[in-house]
Amino acid sequence: MGFIWFWLVAVMIVGYVVLDGFDLGVGVLHLLLPRSEQERRSILASIGPVWDGNEVWLLAGGGTLYFAFPLLYASAFSGFYLPLMIVLWLLVLRGVCLELRNHIELGMWKGLLDSLFGLSSALLTIFFGAALANVLRGVPLQADGYFFLPLWTNWKPGIHPGILDWYTVIGGLVALVALTLHGALWLTIKASGALAERARRLVSPLWAALVALTLASLAATIVVRPASLGNYFQYPLTFIVPVGVVASLAAIWLLNRGAQPLKAFLCSCLYLFFMLAGACWGLYPTLLPATTGADRDITLLRAISGPHTLAVGLVWWAFGMALAVAYVVFVYSKFRGKVDLPGSAH
Amino acid sequence: MTAELIHRLHFAFTITFHYLFPQLTMGLGLLIVVLKSVALRTGNEQWDRAARFWGRIFGINFVFGVVTGIPMEFEFGTNWARFSQVSGGVIGQPLAMEGVFSFFLESAFLGLFLYGEKRLSRLMHWFSAVMVFVGSWISGFFIIVTDAWMQHPVAYDRLPNGQFEVLSFWQLLLNPWGLLQYAHNMTGAVVTGAFVMSAVGAFYLLEGRLKDYGRIFLNVGVTAGVISSILIIFPTGDLHGKYVARYQPAAIAGMEGLFKTEEGAGMVLIGQPNEETGLIDNPIVVNDALSFLIYGTTRAEVKGLDQIPRDQWPTALPLLYYAYHIMAGLGTWFALLMIASAFLLWRKQLYTARWALWALLLSFPLPYIANTAGWMTAELGRQPWLIYGLMRTSEGYSNTVSASNGLFTLLGFMGLYALLGILFTVLIYREISSGPEPVAAETQVVHAD
Repeated sequence: MGFIWFWLVAVMIVGYVVLDGFDLGVGVLHLLLPRSEQERRSILASIGPVWDGNEVWLLAGGGTLYFAFPLLYASAFSGFYLPLMIVLWLLVLRGVCLELRNHIELGMWKGLLDSLFGLSSALLTIFFGAALANVLRGVPLQADGYFFLPLWTNWKPGIHPGILDWYTVIGGLVALVALTLHGALWLTIKASGALAERARRLVSPLWAALVALTLASLAATIVVRPASLGNYFQYPLTFIVPVGVVASLAAIWLLNRGAQPLKAFLCSCLYLFFMLAGACWGLYPTLLPATTGADRDITLLRAISGPHTLAVGLVWWAFGMALAVAYVVFVYSKFRGKVDLPGSAH
Repeated sequence: MTAELIHRLHFAFTITFHYLFPQLTMGLGLLIVVLKSVALRTGNEQWDRAARFWGRIFGINFVFGVVTGIPMEFEFGTNWARFSQVSGGVIGQPLAMEGVFSFFLESAFLGLFLYGEKRLSRLMHWFSAVMVFVGSWISGFFIIVTDAWMQHPVAYDRLPNGQFEVLSFWQLLLNPWGLLQYAHNMTGAVVTGAFVMSAVGAFYLLEGRLKDYGRIFLNVGVTAGVISSILIIFPTGDLHGKYVARYQPAAIAGMEGLFKTEEGAGMVLIGQPNEETGLIDNPIVVNDALSFLIYGTTRAEVKGLDQIPRDQWPTALPLLYYAYHIMAGLGTWFALLMIASAFLLWRKQLYTARWALWALLLSFPLPYIANTAGWMTAELGRQPWLIYGLMRTSEGYSNTVSASNGLFTLLGFMGLYALLGILFTVLIYREISSGPEPVAAETQVVHAD
């Protein structure tokens, strides 16, 4: 049961990253790509009908984590208090900028809001990447399973690290570049004309940076937490995951050059899936490693809810998520194709 | 300031601000379905436009509700970690179900409703409105289930590690406390929706523009308003109050300011509870009324605070008392105003009765205050318990998060939400002042800003 719920939570996280990931990436690109108001509006319209639905994955994932692994939820959320609150503020800021942009003619405020929207999107990707890196690196858990991390200490991963150190910064950069690339691929599907072409040309430099950062992050993870290779050596077949990372990266390059935007985007989804699945498998069955000694790790067995809770949960979760996936498919099929702006020629 | 107080204020502030938005979307969701249904049945384009206008208002509220709602789920973990650790197996369940069953539904169909009218058939667009309504009401249900378990824990067991576990999933969902609270709360949301719609209708008529829409909004708003403002008192409020009296005597005594146990207890209309003397200062009291309301007989004994150990008194007694009195007082005003307006509407005099239009316009903030006060009554009445009778509030907050860190983020939220409040007001004001697209027959000029 613990095994199942571990992977269900992982699925929710992957769902969030893959879906809201392109919203965030599009947000970052909103700073760089567009050359006219029309193009800015196209970029925003490409995520307009779906972004808040995508953000729901974060809420549903959080809720699933809460009831399946209450100790982990309690410990991690209170321990990562400050960065989480900053993430919340950024989410608020980003959502509101988007909403304001959609609703009123802004005049002089437009540029400011566009910058805030792009900046909050970029910071969110960095925070999410750093958050994952924090979990992989481990935190200074006390005997009771709790901890509290400052934002930074001496920038080195050690027994008492901060949220930000050189390792988690790499994680943040991987996320920034990966999701920006993800967003660029999304725009090559949804946008048209010069905008789509510019998005497509941006893919190459982003891709090169992502390859370098991915390799750096894999190497750094092995240095910071050698134990993360344990599962792979025990079950060598699972080396398919890092192979998948490399293969999906290569496929993104080839498909983008071959002007197959949808397939390239799907390969970017696969890349994100393999990266996250690889991280989860490197941890399993630990949920949150302790820098203060492996006996303090929050493990699956220690954090899991009661058996009856989980059994009942499985029934409604499967039912509810089947419905949710159906809605998602329905909405994306209704909004498929290039964005059409009200007032634009068609 | 203690860490406990900071964490309580943190949650109280953010949830109070958050609930300003869902109470309107839940109420408005129902009213938009009414507008769309009339449009679908009659084929009258004007009702479609009216629905589109309220859809825009709904959309703004929805986004503000989402962005202020995400922090709420997080705060269970960030600020109330010890509580989450033991209760996650129970209340994590409805909270996760809210995400899985409601948010996906609501956001998917809201996207279709707001952006997809051109891509959908009329029937599908109507169906999207219905699903948005259903989604928002399911969402409310799971939140009430969560709160109801904290108010009145049922169907649980305690594991050896101290965690609570659900024994019966259906008993958790169908907690009688929750069902009563749900009925009362959702009626409250409809009151808000109805007052807001009526106020906008009254505004257009008083301004003398967009009159056709003004009349539609008044018809729908006042009709929904008179039904909901009666239902909010009887039976939902009445039954919920009796249930509270049965299971949380300390809360009822605090709400009513009843320091001494009495047979034939009176109901204080106005007065200030004095915890030092155990009396109500400057009281205006209706004799025997409280006994009658709770037990249906004027001589029944109502338990006062004197029979409750001091360490189980609600911790913010005067605030509890005022919150309850504000809710009940405003509820009375809602019923009176809506009955009068409905009477005028029936006599076809409402559109020109300027005093009634002004009263409706000026009353729109009051349901927000009443709903907030109602929630304060429920949550302050639960104190000093976090899970009633099982876990004290002082045992539940995150003790790794210091008072100073808590204050830092509370101040951050206050600043951010002040900004949000201003932006929201500007957005809504602009939507209302530009109004629905004018009907072709109406030769009015919409204000160009």
